[in-house]
Amino acid sequence: MQAELNGPGDGAPVLSLRGISKSFPGVRALNAVQLDLYPGQVTALVGENGAGKSTIVKILTGIYQPDEGTIAVRGAETRFPTAQAAGEAGVTAIHQETVLFDELTVAENIFIGHAPRGRFGLIDKRRMEREAAEILASIGADLSPRVRLRDLGIASKHLVAIARALSIDASVVIMDEPTAALSHKEIHELYDLVAKLKAQGKAILFISHKFDEIFRIADRWTVFRDGQFVGEGLMGEVDEGRLVQMMVGREVDQIYPKRPARIGAPALTVAGYSHPTEFEDITFTLHEGEILGFYGLVGAGRSEVMQALFGITRPSKGACRTGDGIRVIRSTAEAIDAGIVYVPEDRGRQGAVRGLPIFQNVTLPSLSRTSKSGFLRLAEEFTLAREYTQRLDLRAASLDQDLGLLSGGNQQKVVIAKWLATKPKVIILDEPTKGIDIGSKAAVHDFMSELAAEGLAVIMVSSEIPEVLGMSDRVIVMREGRIAAEFAGEMMTPENLVRAAAGIRERNAA
Amino acid sequence: MSVTSEEPRGRQIPDRLTSPLRKALSSWELLLFGVAVAIFIANSFASPWFLDPWNLSDASFNFTEKALIAFAMAMLIIAGDIDLSVASIIALTSTMMGLAMMAGAPMPVLVLVGLVTGLVCGAFNGLLVAGFGLPSIVVTIGTMSLFRGISYIVLGDGAFTGYPASFAYFGQGYVWWVITFELFLFALFAVIFGVLLHKTSFGRAVYAIGNNATAARFSGIRVNRIRFILFLQTGLMSGIAAICLTSRLGSTRPSIATGFELEVVTMVVLGGVSILGGSGSIPGVVIAALVMGLVTFGLGLLNVPGIVMSIIIGALLIGVIALPRLWSMWRR
Repeated sequence: MQAELNGPGDGAPVLSLRGISKSFPGVRALNAVQLDLYPGQVTALVGENGAGKSTIVKILTGIYQPDEGTIAVRGAETRFPTAQAAGEAGVTAIHQETVLFDELTVAENIFIGHAPRGRFGLIDKRRMEREAAEILASIGADLSPRVRLRDLGIASKHLVAIARALSIDASVVIMDEPTAALSHKEIHELYDLVAKLKAQGKAILFISHKFDEIFRIADRWTVFRDGQFVGEGLMGEVDEGRLVQMMVGREVDQIYPKRPARIGAPALTVAGYSHPTEFEDITFTLHEGEILGFYGLVGAGRSEVMQALFGITRPSKGACRTGDGIRVIRSTAEAIDAGIVYVPEDRGRQGAVRGLPIFQNVTLPSLSRTSKSGFLRLAEEFTLAREYTQRLDLRAASLDQDLGLLSGGNQQKVVIAKWLATKPKVIILDEPTKGIDIGSKAAVHDFMSELAAEGLAVIMVSSEIPEVLGMSDRVIVMREGRIAAEFAGEMMTPENLVRAAAGIRERNAA
Repeated sequence: MSVTSEEPRGRQIPDRLTSPLRKALSSWELLLFGVAVAIFIANSFASPWFLDPWNLSDASFNFTEKALIAFAMAMLIIAGDIDLSVASIIALTSTMMGLAMMAGAPMPVLVLVGLVTGLVCGAFNGLLVAGFGLPSIVVTIGTMSLFRGISYIVLGDGAFTGYPASFAYFGQGYVWWVITFELFLFALFAVIFGVLLHKTSFGRAVYAIGNNATAARFSGIRVNRIRFILFLQTGLMSGIAAICLTSRLGSTRPSIATGFELEVVTMVVLGGVSILGGSGSIPGVVIAALVMGLVTFGLGLLNVPGIVMSIIIGALLIGVIALPRLWSMWRR
C-alpha cells in the first residue's frame, strides 16, 4: 500500500487515530474507527449521511471528546480537550459555513482569538496586518488586510475563512464539504489552493459527496459506514464502483414491513414545478396505494419540493393535479383542502406545538371539523384525538398531557396522527424516522405500509438507503434541484441510488 | 408487533388525569383571586370609607379603561407579540374625536371617528408586523412616538374642550344604580374575550401561534392573518378606551393616557399571561385588573402621595415578573 506516493513527505502519518469510539444517548456515532493523514497528501473521507464523518471532524477539532481510542500527532499520543488545544497541535478546519464578522477587517477576522500581542497585551495591529498579508499571498488571494469584510463578495469571504484556518500554522487542514456553496469557478480556485497546501507539506482531510472532485484531488481514501471503519487505500487503486459498494454495502438487518399494495389511479400529478433557486422542472405522478421514495444528498432540494407541494413556498412555474383538478397550491390551507399533508423533517420546529396538550395538537388542522361555527367542541376533539393516537399506538399518560413531555418518537406519532385526522389523500413524510428510537421507527414503518394498503398515496423523503429501498414501490433520486433518476423493481439497488445522487455517469460503472 | 392479537391495537389513553375543576383549584388565577380578597379585606379595615358602594364605583374608573385594552393585549401577548403604542392610540383617537367635535360632528359621529381611528392605528401596526415581518416591539415603540407625535402637532400646548353633553355618558354615565357604563363595558368585554380566547378555534390558533408559530403555519393556520387581526383588535379596544377616557375627562390633551401602556402590560402579566407568549387566560386578566384597581384605590384612601404610589406600582411590576417563576418552582 505504501508504494509510490505522489507528493513530498510520504512515510509516517502526521496524524493518526486508532480505535476511536463515540456514543451519544441512544446512538453509537463511531465504533472503533481509524484514520491516518499523511503530510503533503489529500485523504478523502467518504461515507453516507450518518456514517460518522462530522463526528470525527468534531473529535479532531477538540469539540467532542472520544469515549475510547487514541490520537497521535507525529507518533506522540495526545488529547484535544479544547478547540484551542487542537489548534495548538496544528489541526484546523474549514467548515461549510465559517462564522465571520462583517464589521471587522480582513486581518482582524483572520486573527480573531489569537491576534499577535504587543506591549501591555494590546493587539499589535501592524504585525497582524503584515502576517495576514503573508497568509493571503500564500493562498493567492489578492485582498487588502485592512478592508472591512462587509465590503467583500462571497468568494472573497471564503478566502478569508481559509486564510483564518491557515493562520494558526496548521499541519493538518480539514475541509468539510468545502465546495458545497461554491460556484464552478470558485471550485477550481479551491482545487488550486489544495494543490498549494499540498506543496507546503500539509496533510489534508477532504470530506465530500462528489466523486468527481474526490478522484480529481485526493491521494488516499478512507470509507466509513454506520460509524464503522470500512477500509482505506490509495486513490489510484480504486474505482468509483468499489467506493460506492463499500459505502452502502451493509447487510440489510432490518426487516421492512412493506406489504404489496394495489397501485390505483393517479392521486397527485406534478408537472414542471420550478423554484428560482431551489429546484427545477420537477415532474412526477403519484398513485393511490403507492409509496414513492425520494432519495438524494442533503441539499438536493427534496424538502424544498415537498414544502412547495404543501404550500409553504410558491413555485415559480408548474402546476399539480389532485383528484379535483389542476391547480397551483398557494397556501398550506389550500394544500390541506386538496388533501395533501406534510409531516416535516424538523419535528421540533415545524411539527410539534410543545406547550399545547396532545389532543389540541392532533386537532389543530382539523378545527374546522371539530368546531361548530367557530366554537370549539371538546368532546369531538377528544374523540378524534383518541381515535388517531390509538391507531398509532401512542404512549402517553393522558391526552391532556403537554406534547413537549413525550419522547421524540411519540411526538412524531402525534404529528402523524394530526395529519391522518384530516383524512388526506396524499401524505408526504420527510425523514419520518430521523432521530427516533428503533421501536417507534418500526411502528412508523408498519403504519406507513398500512396506510398505503388502505389506498393512501405516500411520499417518503429519506436519506437512509435501507429505509428507501425497504419501504418504497418506486424511488425518485434528486440531485442539485432536479430529478436525476427514477428506479423501480430490480433497478432499485443501493449502488444505483448512490450513483444517481452523486452524479456518477454510467460509463464509470465497475 | 403485539402478541395479543385479539386486543385492538394501541392502548386506551385517558382524556384527562386531573379534572378541569382540580386544575382550576391549583391555578394562578385562584391565587390571584385570594390576593384580591385579601387586599379588599385589608382596605376595608384600613379605611372606613372603602366599603361605600359609591366610592367603590368611583374607584372602578382607575382600572376599567386599561382593562378594556388589557383583554386584547392579553391575546396579543399570548400569540407572542406586543403593542406598546396603545396609550398613543388613545391620544391620537382622542385628538381625532376632538377635531371632529370642533367641526361640529354630533355624538354618534364622534364615537364612529373614535372606533375607526383605533382600527386604523391597529391596522397600521398589524400591517408592519404581520405584513412586513418586522418585530412588534420595535414597530410599536415607533408608532408609540408617531401616534402621540401627531396629537402634539395638532394640539401643541392646547386642548380640545366642549364635548357635547350626550357624549359624557360613556365615561360618566350609570347603567344601573352604582354600575357605571365603563364597568358594564368591562364585564361585557371580559365575557366576549373570555369566550373568544377559550371557546373558539380562533382562540386555539392564538395559543398555537404563541407556542410555535412555525408549526402552526405548517398546520394550515393562517398565522399572519391572525396576528393582523389581533393588532386590529387591540387598536379597536384602544379606540373604545379613548372614547371612555375622553368622555370622562371631557377634554383632550396630547398628554392624555401617558404611561397607560406599561400599566396595561403589568395587568396582563399579573394576570398570569407569559410575556414570552403561549399561555395565560382572560379570567386571570380580569382578576389582575381588580387587584390593581384595589391597590390604587386603597393607597389613595390612605392618602399615600402619588410618588410613593408609583414606587409601589413599580414594585408590583417587578413582583409580577418574579412571582410566576416562584409560583411554578413551588408547584414542582
